[in-house]
Amino acid sequence: MKSKAPSAPYLLWMAIFTIVPLGLVVYFALTTADGTFTIDNISRVGEYSGVLMHSIWLAAIATFICLVIAYPLAFYISRKPENKQRTLLMLCIIPMWMNFLLRTYAWMTLLEKNGLINRFFALFGMGPFNMINTKGAVVLGMVYNYLPFMILPLYSIMVKIDGRVIEAAQDLGANTYGVFSKVVLPLSMPGIRSGITMVFVPAISTFIISRMLGGGGNIMIGDLIDLQFLGNAYNPNLGAAISLVLMVLILLCMSITNQFDEEMEGMMI
Amino acid sequence: MKRLSKVYFWLVMAFLYMPIFVLIFFSFNESKSRSNFTGFTFDWYRKLFSNRVILDSLKTTLIIAAVSTIIAVIIGTAAAIGINAMNKWLRGVVMNVTYLPVINPEIVTGVSLMLLFVFLRDKIGIPIDFGYPTLILAHITFNVPYVILNVLPKLRQMDRFVYEAALDLGCTPFRAFWKVTLPEIMPGVMSGLLMSFTYSLDDFIISYFNAGPTAQTLPITIYSMTRRKVSPEINALSTIIFAVVILVLVIYNIVDSSKGKKVIGKVVPRL
Amino acid sequence: MRKRLFLLAAVPLMLLQVLTVPAFAEVEVEDYDYYQRFRGQGISINVHNWGEYISNDAEESIDVNAEFEELTGIKVNYTTFASNEELYARLKSGGASYDVIIPSDYMIARFIREDMLEELNLDNIPNAKFTNPEFMGMEYDPDDKYSIPYTWGTVGIIYNTTMVDNDITSWDSLWDARYLGDILMFSNPRDAFGIAQKRLGYSLNTHDLEELRDAADELKAQKSLVQAYVMDEIFDKMEGGEAALAPYYAGDAITMMDENPDLAFVVPQEGTNKFVDSICIPKGSKQKEAAEMYINFLCEPEVAAANIEYIGYSTPNLAAYELLDEETQNNPVIYPPAEIMAKAEFFYDLPPEVSAEMDALWVEVISAEVGYSKWTIPILILGCIVLSIGINVVRSVKKKRDIY
Repeated sequence: MKSKAPSAPYLLWMAIFTIVPLGLVVYFALTTADGTFTIDNISRVGEYSGVLMHSIWLAAIATFICLVIAYPLAFYISRKPENKQRTLLMLCIIPMWMNFLLRTYAWMTLLEKNGLINRFFALFGMGPFNMINTKGAVVLGMVYNYLPFMILPLYSIMVKIDGRVIEAAQDLGANTYGVFSKVVLPLSMPGIRSGITMVFVPAISTFIISRMLGGGGNIMIGDLIDLQFLGNAYNPNLGAAISLVLMVLILLCMSITNQFDEEMEGMMI
Repeated sequence: MKRLSKVYFWLVMAFLYMPIFVLIFFSFNESKSRSNFTGFTFDWYRKLFSNRVILDSLKTTLIIAAVSTIIAVIIGTAAAIGINAMNKWLRGVVMNVTYLPVINPEIVTGVSLMLLFVFLRDKIGIPIDFGYPTLILAHITFNVPYVILNVLPKLRQMDRFVYEAALDLGCTPFRAFWKVTLPEIMPGVMSGLLMSFTYSLDDFIISYFNAGPTAQTLPITIYSMTRRKVSPEINALSTIIFAVVILVLVIYNIVDSSKGKKVIGKVVPRL
Repeated sequence: MRKRLFLLAAVPLMLLQVLTVPAFAEVEVEDYDYYQRFRGQGISINVHNWGEYISNDAEESIDVNAEFEELTGIKVNYTTFASNEELYARLKSGGASYDVIIPSDYMIARFIREDMLEELNLDNIPNAKFTNPEFMGMEYDPDDKYSIPYTWGTVGIIYNTTMVDNDITSWDSLWDARYLGDILMFSNPRDAFGIAQKRLGYSLNTHDLEELRDAADELKAQKSLVQAYVMDEIFDKMEGGEAALAPYYAGDAITMMDENPDLAFVVPQEGTNKFVDSICIPKGSKQKEAAEMYINFLCEPEVAAANIEYIGYSTPNLAAYELLDEETQNNPVIYPPAEIMAKAEFFYDLPPEVSAEMDALWVEVISAEVGYSKWTIPILILGCIVLSIGINVVRSVKKKRDIY
């Protein structure tokens, strides 16, 4: 049991399939198509600051909305009796088992000009509203797809908050706001942090949601990478440079949130 | 207040389920319209079942998920045992690299693996074809960390003296592992397996960059379907997937109602 | 548990197989024996084609790939792409190896220039004889060594007559503010730039970078009116009345007009782009002869006619043309009159620096327009690093204080 040998295949695997590929990304980012060294690619990433900021902005809005929706929901579930908690949680998770392309496609059909939502509004003589192919639709798609990622970590932290602590606070004269800001919020902080990372990271790098719901006119950083590798503007060196910048940014953000959090292990999953 | 929060809960559920139910509803629509229900039909299901491309990609998806899960579980479990024996510093380094594929944006992982496979083929000369081999390798790569993360905590909880006792009583190390360690960490291995399998089934982005003409997974096929003239077959497909998911969950819950809760909470399909 | 999961997975699979009913409508071919050479050898070929670009409906017409497999015993792995540039990226990135591809004229010229195509052995493609001589010796492949024409066509505007109130005659309509949010636009650089260039009166094949930038400015000006940048997503959107007007290929317009009678198609007066999509074999093909057999099959008059009926484009295959009904043969959208063809221009291969500039400008067009300084990203990264160090410092100071 005290042998490190069993991990050898994995270490080899990790070296070949995790470390070497990242090395290749760095290599591509720092070379031209014929293999000579250059920092042109990296400096050209600066031209796409607009795309990056746009992605950060949309992902941030989506993350915030997810938090606002998920927080009361997770709290509600965590205060239920245990057997009920399980059912309610299942209800939140089941949609995630559907392929996310299908779920996003479902929103396409709902948001269309002649889609169901506009038909519904038309019954009351309203509309039609322009919903599909807007930034709002992209944010909606993100919220829809990633909401369970926010509910789960929040729930798993909140379920640990002892009901008696809340009661004690109430007995000691705290009002609802006081209980929330002094007891529940601080105790659920780790859940909020991991929820934020679990929503923000996939949201910022998505290229499907923006393509299917955003109309292709306001591309995100993920689209930009895809364009350079398998899309309409083939340039893998530039694509690697953009990937590298995106990765560095996200790893930095993660390390900052982790430094807030003493227990790193618990929050990754 | 109580009623209000109940209403709130069901409102959010409506938000989560409405699109899915709309898809299901329109899978029975006679016309191709996505918003006008003209009549009831099973035609799209019949068409779906004779759609070779979809059936092929379903087969591919299942094969890739099964193979990559089995290999990932073996490598990952062994790795967890080895990592558990490491000193603190070494373990820290290895775990940090293990986390990389988990926290890295998937598009970066996908792109980097694509670069690796092209590099291996063109520069090193390993004849690796884009298709099954690359997809399986890529899926193992993103699955192993989840197995490790599930097994490692179980190993930590384990009483290592039991294992040593088994050795003292004359077990070979392998037999001791088989008889003592494995049963102890089985729940972790199982949830790792389940997680890997679902991630494999559902993965789009990494597969997108590493698929070849001979092996298209179901998510890739769905993606190319949404980029063309969309046939209501796709609604029928959604309905079937949804039904299978519900069926699996219900059966799983009946079978494992005792310990199911811990696992279900963890099995969250990633994008 | 593992067994159980597999069982669960296997049940729907078995169900599927029971329900699958293959339907075959034997095609008549020129030389049946020719197709038997590879039978029983377990060979497969990888075909990469445009989306919606082959007849695949066994019920209404023929499923070409299934027929080919039935006839020859060769398995066809069929995948699709949405634009020439995507195809180029797929081939160039080295990810996939294909045996048959169907690019357009200018992309074929680029492939030839970059030595990415195999020469065809015409002895294996006897049906090449049906090719209309008008489409031989084309600029992109002067000696007909690399390609066999599959379809040709023109680009025009497809519009919904209930949603536009005047006659559409010019590319200007795509810049008409009245149709705000009701315009769809090509989502590939060459076609999109082509329209802007025609509108400005430039050549489609300009090497002048200034002209390219002008065209990009036009596209940026148009952006606020555009609902979405699309390729084949256009079918659903136009058929469903989601948008008023959009530029697209004539053949696809025919398909859409069949579905929705409100739609009409026009080739604008400024002139347009005409194109030929041809079948090629890329370098690296492992089954060149089987690929040539597939190409020959696509040139079978009956198969070519079925394809052309299904996809709506114009055929360069004379024998297939004879098989079409009179209405199709005389359809001015599919086979436009001489005065339209006279003003239509082919895309030619652009020099590398021009096409690189076009790609870069295209990304600019579809990027969010908010202007940020190029230093934003370095500053952001630096900020993160400083923050991270800061937290560490504060924490270690705190720790020290706690100790004392």
